[in-house]
Amino acid sequence: MGKSRVSAVNPKQKGKYAPKPASKWGREEETEFFANRVKLFRQGKISEDDFRRFRLQNGAYGSRLHAGYSMVRIKVPGGEMTPEQLEKIASLSEAFSIGSAHVSTRQNIQLHWVQLEDVSEVMRGLVDVGLTTREACGNTVRNVMCSHFAGVCPDEAFDATPYSKAIARFLLRNPMCQNLPRKFKINFACCEKHGLVRVADIGLVPTIKEENGKQVQGFRIYLGGGLGAASFIGHLLEDFTPEDRVLSTCMATVRLFDRHGNRENMARNRMRYLVHETGWEKFQKMVLKERIAVEMTTATATAKMYDVKSEEDTRQLPKAPRMTKLPMLNEHVNRDSPAYERWLHTNVVPQKQEGYFTVFITLGAGDITASQLRVLASAIRDFSTEGVARNTPQQNFAIRYVRGTELSEFYGRLATAGLANPGALTIASAVGCSGTTSCNLAITNSHRLAKEVQRKFLELGLDTDDSLKNSTIKVSGCPNSCGQHEIATIGFFGGASRIGGAMSPTYTMLFGGSAGENGELGKAVMRVPAKRVIDTILKIVEIYRNERAENENLDQWIGRIVRGQGTASIKNLEDIKNALSSVIQLPPQEQDPDAYMDYGSDAKFTAKTARGECAA
Amino acid sequence: MRRLKPVKSSSKKTQAKEHAKLPIVCDVDMLRSLIRKKAVRVVDVRKAEDYQAGHIPTAVSLPLARLLADDKPETVVELLQELGITEEMPVVVYDDTFGALAARVAWTFQYVGHPNTALLETTFKQWKELGLETETKARTYPKTKHPLNVNKDMYADAGYVEAAQSQQGKLLVDSRERLNFLTEHIPTAKNIPYTMLGANGNILRKAEELKRMIENRGISPDAEIITYCGSVGTLSGLAYYALKMAGYQNVKLYPKSFKEWKSLGKPKEEFKEANYWDLSAE
Ligand code: SF4
Repeated sequence: MGKSRVSAVNPKQKGKYAPKPASKWGREEETEFFANRVKLFRQGKISEDDFRRFRLQNGAYGSRLHAGYSMVRIKVPGGEMTPEQLEKIASLSEAFSIGSAHVSTRQNIQLHWVQLEDVSEVMRGLVDVGLTTREACGNTVRNVMCSHFAGVCPDEAFDATPYSKAIARFLLRNPMCQNLPRKFKINFACCEKHGLVRVADIGLVPTIKEENGKQVQGFRIYLGGGLGAASFIGHLLEDFTPEDRVLSTCMATVRLFDRHGNRENMARNRMRYLVHETGWEKFQKMVLKERIAVEMTTATATAKMYDVKSEEDTRQLPKAPRMTKLPMLNEHVNRDSPAYERWLHTNVVPQKQEGYFTVFITLGAGDITASQLRVLASAIRDFSTEGVARNTPQQNFAIRYVRGTELSEFYGRLATAGLANPGALTIASAVGCSGTTSCNLAITNSHRLAKEVQRKFLELGLDTDDSLKNSTIKVSGCPNSCGQHEIATIGFFGGASRIGGAMSPTYTMLFGGSAGENGELGKAVMRVPAKRVIDTILKIVEIYRNERAENENLDQWIGRIVRGQGTASIKNLEDIKNALSSVIQLPPQEQDPDAYMDYGSDAKFTAKTARGECAA
Repeated sequence: MRRLKPVKSSSKKTQAKEHAKLPIVCDVDMLRSLIRKKAVRVVDVRKAEDYQAGHIPTAVSLPLARLLADDKPETVVELLQELGITEEMPVVVYDDTFGALAARVAWTFQYVGHPNTALLETTFKQWKELGLETETKARTYPKTKHPLNVNKDMYADAGYVEAAQSQQGKLLVDSRERLNFLTEHIPTAKNIPYTMLGANGNILRKAEELKRMIENRGISPDAEIITYCGSVGTLSGLAYYALKMAGYQNVKLYPKSFKEWKSLGKPKEEFKEANYWDLSAE
């Protein structure tokens, strides 16, 4: 017999940094309840409509044209996730889904093609690590977002993270939001540049105001924005909302929406339509008035349930060691630069905390395998002083509080699992909703297209061109905008068009959208066949390079074209349309049948959709 | 962290007089105690070179490929004899592939007439991670006599599966991964991917967990279940034992599985309405 056993060792090594305790969002009893409802539904004891409402309220969407499966949406308030949560999601994805998980554009994590009968098992696992799927879909307050830079952004007034969690906690399971006319979205920013505050029902930007010689924390609050088949930019409620009125402002807005929102017409029942139809000035007055009513009628005990203090991270994180030589974030790189330098340049940004950096993990349209999640979890334990990850609306992960002195080691660890691709903070990191991979409403395979764009751009080294860095590409598989195409520099949404008599997958291209507090919506330019999207973007880049004014970035140039202020041969959208007309031509179908098919398909294209559940 | 019972020094003389009756899955403590008592045949089904590099003490080597090369019951019984296995002797099988290879071998042993066969609860990798003893010595044992006693109740062929499709109370279970199942499967089959059967280092979850997950699917406790997978009955072998653990009595394995089904040109159910493969991050 070999060496005798000494002692049982724990194979799972915990890292250097103490984990942040996970917030508790999930509840065990809800998983049992879900399992029972599924059984009753299968036995025909609950109607299909009732069950659907219940299922959505609990975070399970029906999968594309196959009601036996669900997409399970895990809410991640503020986008913050512990290593344990990442590991649990890894196991759950292997056991009950397809072995990978998906970062959504609203900081959820989605597990696709889960058998309806297993959804309760997924929920059970999530409860173990504090997570929930409750109110992730349906007519509820969806995941409350917070900029992934909150707390480390050099330009922020203060850290909005605890506020986002406090409001999320207050509204989760709150009777006042169990049956809204439609879904409701709340987004927090860190500063005016980052975050999606103008395209949410409520968007909040932290700010500080001097009042009687005292610094008062508060927010600029925007109402009535949102993306969808018809999108709107939110309106500023007032110059300054002090922090002690954040709760009443949110409650007032939700109450007004609940009372006046359109429950008849599903296509126009988001709050932005109510704001639009009421007229902003009138709506604004209603909110301000309702807020007074809320403040007078809300019991102290109720108001206390909004508890920002208890959501604060009170740990004192150590200072990062001083660096004698700073990492080469700002040096120019190109396609042939060493991989590590390219990655530093495109995936790493300094924090306001000296010596600390935020590192981005480039994913393809948000997809990450179970084994990658495990590597990421252990790397976070070893390299992030903060000890958590944040997922981003660009469908990547941000790992913060990495010491500058440890960046190269961290890179090495990530590279072992294919997690060290460059380009996360550049045009190469294309966003794509789930599209025909799982969504009932999808017309095109936006998900695959976004991944193809990324692959091609990285191959060409477009991530190393700093003039493209601030530009974004975002793709949705239908007009509904989950891929946020309207806030992209170049955005696309899927459709079907006849080309030379053949039904073909096409995308409507939009120009000049942007996020942040000064965000604007893109303008539709033209339709592009799916298989010509990449060539079209490359052509745009080529034209831009020939036509740009000195030091002008792609997004600035596109902004000028949208405004009709081009100064060279391309002056406006009409000109760019003409310049692109040859790129979008398809050869006759007999010659190139593939050009008429969608990505990921070798069959003739047909646009097939089923009832959407966004509104159910 | 798992707890292990301390090793008691075993007396060389203790020979098992009565054979232990094994459960479906044999835990580590039980196996170690049987090894000390020299009252078990441990069968390592990994590749020969892996066995040579180190294996559980006293284990013999039977690479799965060798068994699959000819798994006629008569040949398998010869293998049992060659490995020194007597009719009542407890046999514990292990692998390094989450239990699926071990399951296929264990099922075959039971099928040809050696019911006292169990799966080891962990894989060899986990055995080593627990710091448990291993050896490199290649073991052989004197040849034994073992009767052939085929248990037809455990077995299904294509014809049986085809008939079962339309029979009340019979159910097909496909144990391949979700995306493979969605792509194509035997009509009427339900999917219980092998990936959901094990957890936390155990090749199979606890019985009550498995029971709950299978009951969630509305499968009645007295259903007859036939498991199959992609090619040789490994993944479905594991599912076979998972169902047994969960308390299902009447379970059969279709060892030739979907590969044979397709080669026979039998009908398949396909799902082509979604590009689900493009979600994979591989
Ligand atoms: S944008 Fe359309 S295709 Fe994409 S996820 Fe939303 S509804 Fe589905």
